[in-house]
Formats: sequence, C-alpha cells, structure tokens
Amino acid sequence: MEKVKVKICEGTTCFVMGGQAVKSMISTLTEKYKDKIEISSVRCFGTCNKSDSFSKAPYVMVDDEQISSADLEKVIAVIERKLNNE
Amino acid sequence: MNNSELETKRLKREVLIRLIKAFLSEDFPENTRLIPYEMRPKYSEVPFRCCVYKERGILRARTLAGLGFSIEDDDEKTTLATYAKKALERQRPDPNPLTVVESACHSCQAARVYVTDLCQNCVARPCMNSCRFGAISHVNGRSVIDPEKCKKCGMCVASCPYGAIIKTVVPCENACPVGAIAKDEHGFARIDTDKCISCGKCVSACPFGAVHAKSQVIDVLRKIKEGREVIALIAPALMGHIPCKPEQIQDALLKIGFSKVYEVAQGADITATTEAKDFKERLENGAPFMTTSCCAGYNELVKKHLPEIKPYVSDAHTPLYYTAEIVKKEHPDAVTVFISPCFAKRREVLDNPNVNHLINFEELGATLIALGIEIDTCEEKEFEYKSSKEAREFALTGGVANSVVAAWQGEPGAVKPVIVNGLDKTSIRDLRLYAKTGQCQAGNLIEVMCCPGGCIAGNACLGTLKDAFKKVKDYGEQGQSLGKGKE
Ligand code: FES
Repeated sequence: MEKVKVKICEGTTCFVMGGQAVKSMISTLTEKYKDKIEISSVRCFGTCNKSDSFSKAPYVMVDDEQISSADLEKVIAVIERKLNNE
Repeated sequence: MNNSELETKRLKREVLIRLIKAFLSEDFPENTRLIPYEMRPKYSEVPFRCCVYKERGILRARTLAGLGFSIEDDDEKTTLATYAKKALERQRPDPNPLTVVESACHSCQAARVYVTDLCQNCVARPCMNSCRFGAISHVNGRSVIDPEKCKKCGMCVASCPYGAIIKTVVPCENACPVGAIAKDEHGFARIDTDKCISCGKCVSACPFGAVHAKSQVIDVLRKIKEGREVIALIAPALMGHIPCKPEQIQDALLKIGFSKVYEVAQGADITATTEAKDFKERLENGAPFMTTSCCAGYNELVKKHLPEIKPYVSDAHTPLYYTAEIVKKEHPDAVTVFISPCFAKRREVLDNPNVNHLINFEELGATLIALGIEIDTCEEKEFEYKSSKEAREFALTGGVANSVVAAWQGEPGAVKPVIVNGLDKTSIRDLRLYAKTGQCQAGNLIEVMCCPGGCIAGNACLGTLKDAFKKVKDYGEQGQSLGKGKE
C-alpha cells in the first residue's frame, strides 16, 4: 500500500506560528502508524504569503490535502480518512 | 508545548504581525485601530469567548501590549489609533515588562477547595477535624466547605482518606516562583511589580494567554525608519530558534533594516574568562562557593528576594553587558537592540545605558513575517568575531558552568559545578539555604538558570527545546574551545 505522506512546512511563517511544536507532536505518530505514513519537513509551501493567510499557519500537507492552523487532532483526522480511503 | 499553549501563542503572534504590518502601511493609526475588526469581522465565528464584541475587546488589549502600553492603565475610551500615535512619540519604554488582559481573567475561577461527589460520608470525618477555621460542615450526607471561612490551607485535602477533596489552582499563581501574581478581589490577576522578577512563567502558564509582554518592536522599527544606525545584538539562543543556518541570520536582520549584527556570544567569552578569574580568587580567599551571574531572572531574584546570596554571586557582568560595551565603543551614536529569548532581560536592559531596546524572538519572528522575509533564502555571511564553542553554548543548561571550567586557569579539577536547572519554589529554597549556612555540599560553582533547559527554553522562544538544543550544540561544535591549548 502507498504510504500517506505528511509534509510539515518549516518555512519562516509556519515556524514562527508554532510549526516545530506541531512537528514534534506529529513525529510521535510514527509509533502509532508505523510504516503507513511518511513524515518529512519541507520549505515554504508558498501558501503563507497570500493576504491574511499567515494567520492560518502552520500548514501541513497530508498527501494532496492542505491543513491550515495545523494541530495534532486535525492531522490525525486526515490521516485516518486517507488510510480508510474515504 | 501543548495545543492550548500553541493556540494562545499563535493568537499573540498574529496580533504582533498585524501591528507591524500596520506600522509599515500608509496609515499606522487607522490600521492599528482596525486590527480587532479584521481578526473578528462582522458575523465571524467566535472561537473562544461569548461574543464577537468581547473577542474584539480582548484583541484590542493584546494590541495595546504590542504597542508597549500597560493594559491595566487603559481607560478604554482612548482608541487604538490614538495609542498608536502615542507609541510613536514615546521616548522611553515602560519599565515593567509584563501586563495582564484583565478581561481575559474573567472566565478563570479563583483557587478553591472543593468536596467532590466522591465524599463517602464517613464516620470519622477527618476533614472536619483537620480544619482549623471551622469551614467544614456536614450537609445531606456530605461534607461541605464554607468558602467564606475557608483559608485554602489544604489541610482537609491531605486528611481525606478517599482523596475526595480537591484544591484547584490558578495557573499563573501556581507558576510564579515568587508569589508575585494573584487574583485581586474582582478576580483579575494582578502583578506585584515589587515582587515580580519578570521570568515570564505566568505568560506561558495562562491558558487564556492573558499575560503579555509590553513590546518595544514599534520603537525599534520607528528608529530604523528614521534612518538611525540601529545595531542588533543577538542572544546565543537565537541560533536554535530560527529555521535557517546560523550564517543566514545576519542577512535576515540586515533585511529588516539593522545596520550591523553582533553575537552576544562575543561578550560571553569575556564573561567566561572573568568569571573563571573571579572564582579562582574567591576560592583562594576561602569562599565555599560562587554562583553564576548571567541569568536576568536570577539576578532579579537576588535583588528582590534573596539578598543574602548576593555576596556569593560572581562579579562578572553578563554577556550582553560586555557585548554592548564593545558595540557602543565602536559605534557611539548607534541605537542598540538586544534580541532576547526571554522577558526577564527587559529589566537588565533598562538598567544598562549601553542597551537601548529589547525585542524578543516572537517579535523578531513577527517582524520577519510582516516584511515577508523568507529566512531560508537569506545569504550566508560569517560573523566578524569568532565566538568560542563555550560562548555559543551559554544558552544551554550547564553551558555557563562548562565555560568557566574551560576558561579555568587554576588547579585542575578544582571546579565542581552544580546546576540549578530552573527557578521554582524548591530551587529557591535550596539557594536560600546555601546562602544562610554558607555551604553547598553538592559542589562549589552553582550555575543558575531561571528556565529549565537554559535560555533556549526562554518564554519568548519559537521552536522546541529538543531541536533548539541540537542546533545550538551543532553551532557550538564549529567553534574553538576556550580551553584549547590548556592541556
Ligand atoms: S512558511 Fe509555511 S507556507 Fe510559507
């Protein structure tokens, strides 16, 4: 099965808005999901510089789905949905 | 950091970003006035409070703190636009670093002792017997506490064999190591500035994000805009809290408009050698121990609560002190700005004429966002002065003690470090005991860090402790050791 790809933005805006804390929370998920997900950090998605969108940082991508104001619960919800092919 | 802490931090940072954007805009006063309305427009969702008006009210207060004013002194009639203009005219920043959004305290209950449903209606009634104030009676098969009489001593909590009585705490009161913040008779948290050591533990502890730092970011940006020579002095902890290589930081700060950047690690080299010398003299004169002197929170603690330990505190100045001295010698007319991981340094900056302003990491981050500076694309540039490994690691717990060991010129092995990793009621009690008895069994060089983890754990930091530790350590490894050539 394809792994679900979780990409955490580590650009300036996302970092300042707490991205690293979110990343460390998400990293704990590797235990729960083992080889079902793949977590990586990436540079600025480019989402943050559109008008007010900085206020919705940090951003996380789960496959093709973008999560704004990302936190652990939101990320888990999307991972679960992807894994269940909904 | 948990989700709720993250949430309040994001909110505070968003206000700062909008404020800086307003400053950079054509109409600073008007765009400042609009911040609460832009964040909570008509018909918008109300994520935290009862209604959109209350949310705006609280956002207005947060903006005031961002402008550098005391929320407590606000008459609520003056508009944010007027405050913005006042901020531009201000000559000196407000001396006390912290301020509380009173209306955010409203939903937070005062500490109380409460008998839960788990009361078993026992025969012995140890709770009633334990209470020295006659506050507990028995009503309908259950113990009840009279809040009028209860002194919240917690004796009944300890006495109940079922653990059925609980004492709730107020997070800010509970976090403060020196009892400087408490709810007043109206239920609003008040900071007693005579007691406050500006450590900022209440800022992180409050789940409503009610405690704010009064920012100087507008003062600094104004001076940059006026074309003044403004120089940044960056704390060693910054290397751990910015998503780029240490070599890119200079360029990022120059893009903001600073004319030059110094590492405070430069001064840390002087602190380390001075402290090692000081320590050697003290030991030769029979001193039982010495404490470090670079943590601003600790220095405030000594001044306000622990004068008895003063004779044991090293006479070495802080890294910021020495760095600022060098900068002012080289650039006498420059405006100097310390880039700080914590709030406590505010007090030190206030007392040092060589440092004009302080902005913390959160405010720096907000400035980068407002200006659209992607730090990852900044140019790499080495610092003129090559700081030592130990100076770079000053920001880590144990780092200051290590630097003294590395700079030590006396008998090998004579330095025995003791690390006080974080100030709380227990560690303060220990320190007081060392001072009173003139003894410390555990060692002779006591390093005191107010924040557990060191400066990289300061309350205005952006990243996580673990990642920051690694990055600072990596940067340290690239530097030469102060102890090199000694062996
Ligand atoms: S920094 Fe994350 S989207 Fe730009």
